[in-house]
Amino acid sequence: MRYKRNPERIRNVLGNKVQFILGDMACVYGGILAGCSFFAGYPITPASEVAEGAARLYPRIGGTYIQMEDEIGSIAAVIGASWGGAKSMTATSGPGFSLMMENYGFAVMTETPCVIVNVQRTGPSTGQPTLGAQGDMMQCRWGTHGDLQAIALAPSTVQECMDFTIEAFNLAEKYRNPVCVMTDGEIGHLRERIVIPDEKDLKLTSRVPATIDKKKFIPFTESQTRKSKVPDFPTFGTGYHTYVTGLTHNEKGFPATDKQKDHEKLVKRIIEKITDDAEKLIMIEELKLDDADIAFITYGASARPAETAMEMAREKGKKVGLLRLKIVWPFPEKIIAKLAKQVDRIVVPEMNLGQIYHPINEAANGNCEVVSAPKIGGEMHLPHELLPYLGVK
Amino acid sequence: MVEIKTAEKLNKKYLREGMWPTIFCNGCGHGVVLEYTFWALEELGWDMDNVVFASGIGCSSRLPGYINADGLHTTHGRSIAFATGIKAANPDLNLIVFTGDGDCSGIGGNHFIHAARRNIDMTVIMINNFIYGMTGGQLAPTAPLGSIATTAPYGNIEPPFDICNLAKALGANYVARWTVSHPYQPIKSVKDALQKKGFSLVEFLSPCPTAYGRRNKLGDIKKLWKWYDDNAILIEDYERIMNYGSEKEKEEIKNMFPIGVFQDIDKPGFFEAYENLVNRVMSKDSKPPIKIKPKAVVRK
Repeated sequence: MRYKRNPERIRNVLGNKVQFILGDMACVYGGILAGCSFFAGYPITPASEVAEGAARLYPRIGGTYIQMEDEIGSIAAVIGASWGGAKSMTATSGPGFSLMMENYGFAVMTETPCVIVNVQRTGPSTGQPTLGAQGDMMQCRWGTHGDLQAIALAPSTVQECMDFTIEAFNLAEKYRNPVCVMTDGEIGHLRERIVIPDEKDLKLTSRVPATIDKKKFIPFTESQTRKSKVPDFPTFGTGYHTYVTGLTHNEKGFPATDKQKDHEKLVKRIIEKITDDAEKLIMIEELKLDDADIAFITYGASARPAETAMEMAREKGKKVGLLRLKIVWPFPEKIIAKLAKQVDRIVVPEMNLGQIYHPINEAANGNCEVVSAPKIGGEMHLPHELLPYLGVK
Repeated sequence: MVEIKTAEKLNKKYLREGMWPTIFCNGCGHGVVLEYTFWALEELGWDMDNVVFASGIGCSSRLPGYINADGLHTTHGRSIAFATGIKAANPDLNLIVFTGDGDCSGIGGNHFIHAARRNIDMTVIMINNFIYGMTGGQLAPTAPLGSIATTAPYGNIEPPFDICNLAKALGANYVARWTVSHPYQPIKSVKDALQKKGFSLVEFLSPCPTAYGRRNKLGDIKKLWKWYDDNAILIEDYERIMNYGSEKEKEEIKNMFPIGVFQDIDKPGFFEAYENLVNRVMSKDSKPPIKIKPKAVVRK
């Protein structure tokens, strides 16, 4: 039996509208609300609670949870389930994310909608498994080989873990691209109050299924039914007999491994289908930027101490604002370029040695000073540690 | 009684237009495996809209491209994990995985082991040619001792992988091995495997004249195909001789490839077990919640 989203059952299973839960669990809730019916995962700290939550709840909504043999198998099963017609997701952390990189690229190349939650921890290698970090921000952008456009969201609260997982599914389905929810050990293991949105307030997007005549259908080109670079989706079992390959393929999906033009056309389309909508994809929060001459630009857990530091600096008369990136990829260059012309200094707190600092510096293009405010080792910034970057003693 | 069809008719029905020519060399056994699969499907009379093929990387993994059906040509070694997801999303689909010795028992060994252990409902057709043919003849985990490969120029010193006995030990519902030079038994085997619930494996010993036969001096195509005939022995005969035969008889057959049906059982497949789990959990959910009584209450 194919899964059919049953709102009433989902409400029964999720329980009270207001709850006090873990960030990891909120990602499970988000997936279920979005209509996800397949979760494949492998235990890894600090993301195991996502798999545990899915194992507990998915049978109760009629979905499928499988604990795979490793993270490579997990993302593979997730991609397969998507072609079988399910909304599907997995969750992992640094080492598992590294293992997923090849199939992450496969999902990009085959235009497969799916969601990967990455509860980031410190690295390189095994690092500090129980502690949070933001070390995979560049990996989700460039970690797999070849050219692609990543889509990644970074929640700063437990509520956002749920909301952004729902949004991740919407974006994955709309653009037929894997979408990463880049949370971290701090937010993933944080308990906060969440409010589960009512059914009528949920905005859910699903892939556009292939409907046109089977003989006329072309699987890997601009949509034949609407104006979009995202092709309609020929779910397996619906009679379209689609050949889906990670090899460079022509519009029909047939291998075209020695054809320069086919490759260029394909890869440019799978990037442009997202970058063409870059303006629509901006999700930011601006705090007190109107009069600011120093701005924090940050994301995820780092935004929390930055906000406190901003308030502390303002009490001392410093005009500090904060730009929080809710979507990190695609990168909102234009917003940052504009801000760089307004402020004297941009400070970038991150729980790594400076990753998003680099595209910010590039977007600022010398119009203001851009300073990295890194902290690694599994601890969040303390607000007062950020004050010297703002010129507050 | 099934109407006997010519290969030509079968090809017209099952082959995907526009994908020709194939990448296969002269004398390759892969096309034969494809043909056997078509025969099995034809005898079953399955609707090809409900059959999905998955594969990894390598010569054998190109087969789904030539079949007029849904096909997922995945990353190296991972096809079984991909197929697990497809089946989970739509259990009405019949999953067939084409894989090679390197893809299945080398890089994909772990996925194979766990799919067989979980008894995931799918049929894996592993085409074993003892070599990484597509990349030019590197050493495969199934290569017999002494085999010459580009990465084993002085002969292979590693004992080969016996994938059928592995699958058998893991409790797969159906396990069989044939060579491509035996036409009738393999078709029946593929047919039986496809009808099985749970995990089924059919291994084909298939000649690779270009990368394996040539380097190992097994002669021209005709001689190489005969080599498979001469070096295969039915599993029943193999076991009888190894158990009760004379030392001389044992010596004669000990390096031959046992072929035949290794296992044929009927354990519930993973998705049947999972469906039972869902039904159990859901029926519990629909009952009024059990009121928890405080344990410390002392009854008078």
